[in-house]
Amino acid sequence: MLLKLSFSSLYARLVTVGMTILAISVSLMLYMSVEKLRTSAYTSFTDTISQTDLIVGARASSVQLLLYSVFRIGNATNNITWESYLDLVSKEEVDWTVPISLGDSHKGFRVMGTNKEFFSRYKYRGNQSVSIDKGYLFEDLYDVVLGAGVAEKLGYKIGTSLVVSHGLKSFSDHDDQPFRVSGILKKTGTPVDNTVIVSLAAIEAIHVDWSTGAKIPGQLTPIDEIREMDLTPKNITAALVGVKSKLTIFQLQRWINEYPEEAMTAILPGAALQELWRVVGVIENLLLGISVVVIFTTLVGMAAIMFSSLSERRREMAIWRAMGASPFTVIGLLMLEAIFISILSITFSVVLLFCVLNLLQPWIDYNYGILVNIEMLAIKDMYVFALFIIASITVSLLPAIRAYWFSINDGMTIKL
Amino acid sequence: MDESIIKIDSVRFYWSKKSNFKIFVPNLEIKKGEKVLLLGESGSGKTTLLSLMCGFLNPLSGNISINGNTINQLSSKTRDEYRADNIGIIFQQFNLLPYANVVDNVLLPLYFSKVRSNNVSNKKEKVIELFKQLRLPDDIAQFRASSLSMGQQQRVAVARALIGNPSLIIADEPTSSLDADAQKIFLNLMFEQISENNSTLLMVSHDKSLSNQFDRLIDINEILIREDKSCY
Repeated sequence: MLLKLSFSSLYARLVTVGMTILAISVSLMLYMSVEKLRTSAYTSFTDTISQTDLIVGARASSVQLLLYSVFRIGNATNNITWESYLDLVSKEEVDWTVPISLGDSHKGFRVMGTNKEFFSRYKYRGNQSVSIDKGYLFEDLYDVVLGAGVAEKLGYKIGTSLVVSHGLKSFSDHDDQPFRVSGILKKTGTPVDNTVIVSLAAIEAIHVDWSTGAKIPGQLTPIDEIREMDLTPKNITAALVGVKSKLTIFQLQRWINEYPEEAMTAILPGAALQELWRVVGVIENLLLGISVVVIFTTLVGMAAIMFSSLSERRREMAIWRAMGASPFTVIGLLMLEAIFISILSITFSVVLLFCVLNLLQPWIDYNYGILVNIEMLAIKDMYVFALFIIASITVSLLPAIRAYWFSINDGMTIKL
Repeated sequence: MDESIIKIDSVRFYWSKKSNFKIFVPNLEIKKGEKVLLLGESGSGKTTLLSLMCGFLNPLSGNISINGNTINQLSSKTRDEYRADNIGIIFQQFNLLPYANVVDNVLLPLYFSKVRSNNVSNKKEKVIELFKQLRLPDDIAQFRASSLSMGQQQRVAVARALIGNPSLIIADEPTSSLDADAQKIFLNLMFEQISENNSTLLMVSHDKSLSNQFDRLIDINEILIREDKSCY
């Protein structure tokens, strides 16, 4: 009967209680969303490249090499010669390699020269490969494959003609050798989406009439002639490497780092990603801080609402007491109410969270390349909920003790 | 055998030493089965005295016995239980739980008192019986208390105080908002039930015209000394 009356009391305060539950649910949902975003951002970041054992480039720090070779941020300190690359390819431990040549751009998007192996060897989010959405991979020397983001932002379609600019700033264009869009990749949520991909030979081709970073005045080799040339690259920027046996990774890394002909660096992508995450991890800490503040605010809000509803319930408390309820029963009822509100808020917040995530997941993935996992709640979430309930009970103690004093002092004097 | 149901002996109470409300009750005794009217003007200490008798407040010195038990010497928990077992309370504004239906309001004291609960073999039948005796319509049972008229709320409050036959009914100005005719009807109904239960009634009022309907009249000024005023 006590429970029934307690629920009737809650029902009678439906609007106040409803608003409380809504406020707490939204706060909890916000907390869980931030947490989901935080963990998903980490996962998406560390899953940018997978199943590549080593990334090889000119001598640089591991973070710098990772930034320019995978995230297309910054510039390479130097190139590595094709001979060194071939030396690497010939190593017994090496299973596969993908050469990468960077340096040019198109309307702010980085142009990457590579070979067709890239499309099957580059993996992200575990075992996912980049795949063609429309058209086909480059068949002709002047074919270009666009990442989904480039195609969408520039409005390019199959067959669109484009000109590659020399370097990252468009001071001069390779307008004598225009490209044609042959394929558009599916969205990956990785830097590939914002990359213009051409063949290594194409990178060589557009630089035929160039020397030491500048166009040779008066020299314009006809395209037909270029097509006939040996377009084997002289340099590349980096290479993705897969080994036959994981046991040989460190051995190969050491060989590369100590390569006598040229200063090269080999990094483990996983370790470098972790290192880079520690640098950008301040954002993660910020999100974590926001989560904690949100939860704290929720609890303070809950206490405030309970306090404010106390005066309207003062009469009710005194009636309970007059009928024989002990002060502890009164405290118990308030705590029970806090538990009930917490559980209902948690349930509602979870429903709200999944609705919001379902609604926003494609948008977040599309715009920020973060795939927010919509999965069942993790054990950690359960701990957070349990902690929240315990905190709610603790927070409700304050108004409950106040109610205890009210109920004692009101005695026969309740006249509201 | 002690025939008194309430016995007050040298009870002193104030909220704090600096309080301008200090009371001292040297002696008061009410016999079992009596219908007593406690008269006094507003602010004279009637409600404080009732709170002391109900065990809501504890005297600073002296003793208050209800049914032979010195309630101010009981632990807080035992005092709450003792109140639930022995005292039915009717408030000035009835104080029904507005969100609960009429039956739940009436049955509320039984939840806290095993003694009173054991006195009622069939709770629903008893409620309906009380409704009949208090001239309440049968179909009122499931109505929410907040939907009742003033007169109906009054009678439901009486039913709540009477259920389970508590030996003492304490009523704090329950007729203050009624006109003379309504007061008479209400008191008659209450007296009928109290007599049937052999309960004792202590009712507080500031209306002297009610005095001829009670067995005994106590003027609060004759039993209670305002120590704060005697200081001036």
